[in-house]
Amino acid sequence: MHQTFDAALEIDLLHANQEGADHNRQHFDRWGITCLNIMSSPGAGKTVLLEQTLKSLKTRFKMAVIEGDMTTELDADRLRKYDVPVIPINTGRSCHLDSKMVAGGIHTLEHNYEPTDFDLVLVENVGNLVCPAEFEVGEHAKVALLSVTEGEDKPLKYPVMFQEADCLLITKTDLAPYVDIDFDRITKNVRQMNSEVIIIFVSAKTGIGLEEWFDWVTNVVQENQIQQTKQLAVQG
Amino acid sequence: MHETDMTKALILTVKDWYNSQPEKPKIEKIHLIVGQFTCVEPMSLRFAFDIQTRHTFLEGVELAIEETPLIAFCHTCQQEYQPQIGLQYSCPNCNSPMEDIRSGRELKIDRLEYSPNNNSVLSLGD
Repeated sequence: MHQTFDAALEIDLLHANQEGADHNRQHFDRWGITCLNIMSSPGAGKTVLLEQTLKSLKTRFKMAVIEGDMTTELDADRLRKYDVPVIPINTGRSCHLDSKMVAGGIHTLEHNYEPTDFDLVLVENVGNLVCPAEFEVGEHAKVALLSVTEGEDKPLKYPVMFQEADCLLITKTDLAPYVDIDFDRITKNVRQMNSEVIIIFVSAKTGIGLEEWFDWVTNVVQENQIQQTKQLAVQG
Repeated sequence: MHETDMTKALILTVKDWYNSQPEKPKIEKIHLIVGQFTCVEPMSLRFAFDIQTRHTFLEGVELAIEETPLIAFCHTCQQEYQPQIGLQYSCPNCNSPMEDIRSGRELKIDRLEYSPNNNSVLSLGD
C-alpha cells in the first residue's frame, strides 16, 4: 500500500524577502538613515515629486536616491542635477523592487560614499500598483502616489497598496478640473481600508500641497532619528 | 509577474526541507495557503510552478492551493464581516474602516505530503 506522510512547514512565502528587508533596515538604523519606499502606477509623478523634494529639502537633509523605476538613464539624469547620489538598480523585467535588489543599492552607498553622512534615502519603486505592495525593502514608511487622472476607484481595485501606505499623495491636482475627479470620493474610498494614512493633495506643477509633503517627510525623519538614537543607546 | 519570484521562494523552501531529510523522500503534494487579500493570483502561481519545476526533483508534484477569504473584524459592532473586494471594505453595518483583518493576508507553505520511497526521484535539479 502507498503510504504518505505529512510534514508541517507553515513557512511564509515572503519570509526570505522579509528577512532581507529587516537586514536592510538594520543598516539604515545603524547609519541614522530614514528610508522611504515610494510607489505608484507608471506616470503618477514619482520622479517629479523626487525632483521637487531633492530641490527643497537638500538644505535640511543629506539625501540619496535608490532608483528602481528606470527603463533608461533619463530619470536618473533628471535627479542627478540636484547633486545627490542616484543609485540605479537593475530590475531587469521585474515588476517590483525586492529587498535583495535594494541591498545591492545599499552596498553601493556604503562603498562609494560615507553612509553615516546621510539622513534620508528615497527608494523609487517600479511603477506598478500591485506587486510592490507585497515586497518590503527595508523602508521606515511607505508612500503611495495616485494621480487624479487615474480615477477615484483605484483604491478599491488595488486595495493592498492603499492599505499598506503611511502617506498617500494625490498628485496632479492642477488637472482635476479637466477630469471630473471627486476628491471626497477618493478620500472615502481610501479611508474604507486605511483610517490612519496621511492624505496630501499636491501638484508638482503649481507647488500646491508640497510644503505639507515636505513637513511630513521632515517629521518622519526627525521622529525616526530619535528612535534610532534610543536604539543605539540600548545596544551600547 | 511576481508569482515567478514567489515560486522561486517556494521551491527554495521545499528544497531546504528536502535536503535536510536523510532519506530523500518523494514529495507528492505541496499545500499552500493563499489569502484573497494578497497580490497573488493562484493560476499564475500554478503556471510558474509547473514551468520552474521541470526537470527538477519537484517535477510533477501537485500544488494544492487553498484560498482563504478576506474576513475583517469590526470593533464597533463586535463582529466579523466579509468585505467585498473591489467594492466595499468598510463595515456594511456601521461603515467603520476595515482595520482588523482576520483572514485573507496569508501567503504560506502549509505542509508537504511525501512518501518515504524515493525510487522515482530523478535528480535534484538546481
